[in-house]
Amino acid sequence: MSAITFDRVSHSFGERQVLRGIDLSLTEHRIGIVGANGSGKSTLVRMINGLVAPSSGTVTVDGLDVAKKARDVRRLVGFIFTNPDNQIVMPTVQEDIAFTLRRRGLSAAEIAERTTAALHRFGLAEHADHPAHLLSGGQKQLLALAAVLVAEPQVLVADEPTTLLDARNARRIGELLHSMSQQVIVVTHQFALIEGFDRVIVIEHGEVVADGVPEDSLDSYRALLA
Amino acid sequence: MIGLYSPGRSVIHRAPTLLKLLLLSVGVVVVGVLAEPWQLAIAALVVLSLFVIARIPPRAAVAQIAPILWMLVLVVPIQGLLSGWLVAALMAGRLIVAVALAALFTLTTTVTAVLEAFHRLLRPFGRWVDADRIGLLVALTIRCIPLVTEIVTEVLEARRARGTRGSVMALAVPVVVRSLYAADALGEALVARGLDD
Amino acid sequence: MTNRTLAARDLAHIAIFAALIAALGLPGALSIGAVAVPITFQTLGVMLAGAILGARKGFFAVALFLALAAAGLPLLSGGRGGLLWFTISPSTGYLYGWLLAAVVIGYLTARLLPRYPFWPAVGATALGGIVAVYLIGVPVTAINLGLPLWVALFDSAKFLPGDLLKVVVTVLVARQVHRAYPGLIAPLGRRSASSAAPVAVSAEPANAKPANAENAGQGSR
Repeated sequence: MSAITFDRVSHSFGERQVLRGIDLSLTEHRIGIVGANGSGKSTLVRMINGLVAPSSGTVTVDGLDVAKKARDVRRLVGFIFTNPDNQIVMPTVQEDIAFTLRRRGLSAAEIAERTTAALHRFGLAEHADHPAHLLSGGQKQLLALAAVLVAEPQVLVADEPTTLLDARNARRIGELLHSMSQQVIVVTHQFALIEGFDRVIVIEHGEVVADGVPEDSLDSYRALLA
Repeated sequence: MIGLYSPGRSVIHRAPTLLKLLLLSVGVVVVGVLAEPWQLAIAALVVLSLFVIARIPPRAAVAQIAPILWMLVLVVPIQGLLSGWLVAALMAGRLIVAVALAALFTLTTTVTAVLEAFHRLLRPFGRWVDADRIGLLVALTIRCIPLVTEIVTEVLEARRARGTRGSVMALAVPVVVRSLYAADALGEALVARGLDD
Repeated sequence: MTNRTLAARDLAHIAIFAALIAALGLPGALSIGAVAVPITFQTLGVMLAGAILGARKGFFAVALFLALAAAGLPLLSGGRGGLLWFTISPSTGYLYGWLLAAVVIGYLTARLLPRYPFWPAVGATALGGIVAVYLIGVPVTAINLGLPLWVALFDSAKFLPGDLLKVVVTVLVARQVHRAYPGLIAPLGRRSASSAAPVAVSAEPANAKPANAENAGQGSR
């Protein structure tokens, strides 16, 4: 597993402080992050691949400072967003998966081979040449996942990946997240998604308020919500 | 990405796109200088036979040319009164033949092939334009069309549900704001997926 | 940011607005009652591209839209597309005029921001969205139809009421959008001090709108 560290990380959007002095070391295989809307959890995970640069403090992945080595870090860290519609950037399913690989300067043959493998692994083979917008919501999220994992990142960060999905598709994505050999960091409101995870962190008003095994963390989160 | 392409396997379909573009340009210029009715008649026959060779369904051909006919309905009478009916008829004839020729190009060439031709035509200007970035932009735009169309449809539905019909502002502001949010999310995804590599 | 590289967010803005111009031309998307004047909302999209994205990105958005239409996608209003609309059609010049419109509106809007007063903004948008477009559109109509210039000009007058309406809509929309969403266009102010701030905003895209990071997904569904 990769080692991700947050060292006294704070962040403000203008006047509003969203993260305050976060110190974390993330080394477990599967980590869940929960918290209310606006608690800062989305900002926190965006720092792992440099989508947001902290106002102060440092974030590192495998010893690389994200602020200075964002490019290298992004090759290690794949990112899944809530709305797959905004993550699919190419017109057809196959082109979208190949997009990630094309940015890596691989040979055409290698791109084709890995794209085909990913299409099969995520059950999208029969839709390879279809326009991506004709896929169902669940299939779109599968495509988003396929397009990120085809590049074989060491870490997968997912920001509420199942919020827009129905129960069946949410379960499908959940199973995939559980079965992955990579380190997985999932932000979610759906507790079922992080059941059996190694560690769950609760964020409230930009601070870590609970951190431990899922049962304990979720208990304290429920108490917080009550 | 089928667009207006009318699938087929004729010589015209299979001819190289840049050659077709060149012949189209020459053809349009030639048609433009024809001054006698009999010359125009020959040109019309040539273009008509090209449509037959390409086996374009008549309906597809008419759909391409009809909008121009509507414009001519307005313009030919004005032209006739101003400068005589023969001049007006020749002008209309030249326009229809040239339009048909251009329509033939579009009907027999896939969008992908045209975009590739554009790409090749841009290559000599590589110092000023980044052809790969443009290729990426083209693909991204084709992806965005259904995305934005969906936004427009949803805003129209929401407007209907609230019963606030009529106001263009009530449509335009949410469409633009939501499109900008979508653009930000897409930009973020492009970065996360290694665009800057 | 150099001339050759466009940041990811700029690329997304350009693509989304090119798509917006296309979406506004789709059949049945919009129509204004029983007005006898031909109104296409694509010109609204063109004016918005200039007024909201600025000259450079607005120009690219319009150019991209036109290139896709020229390549044969049926994106021009009424499902039209293909090279003929860019060469021999009487309305050809108007399409090229759109490019000039985006640049003129974008440049002048940057000078009017951040205050963006109403009447000067209407003037700027009309200068780009009407004067610049007709400047190219009318002579090309005259040439392609072999008509005297004054007839072509007279003919173009039928677009004027719709175009004026679109100018006003563009200004009202741009006003709200720039207020809610600052930093899209760096103002070309007379005071040089003000030009530093917006650049800093656009350098950190995710920071511009605190709520967006959490709500982008839900918001656009």
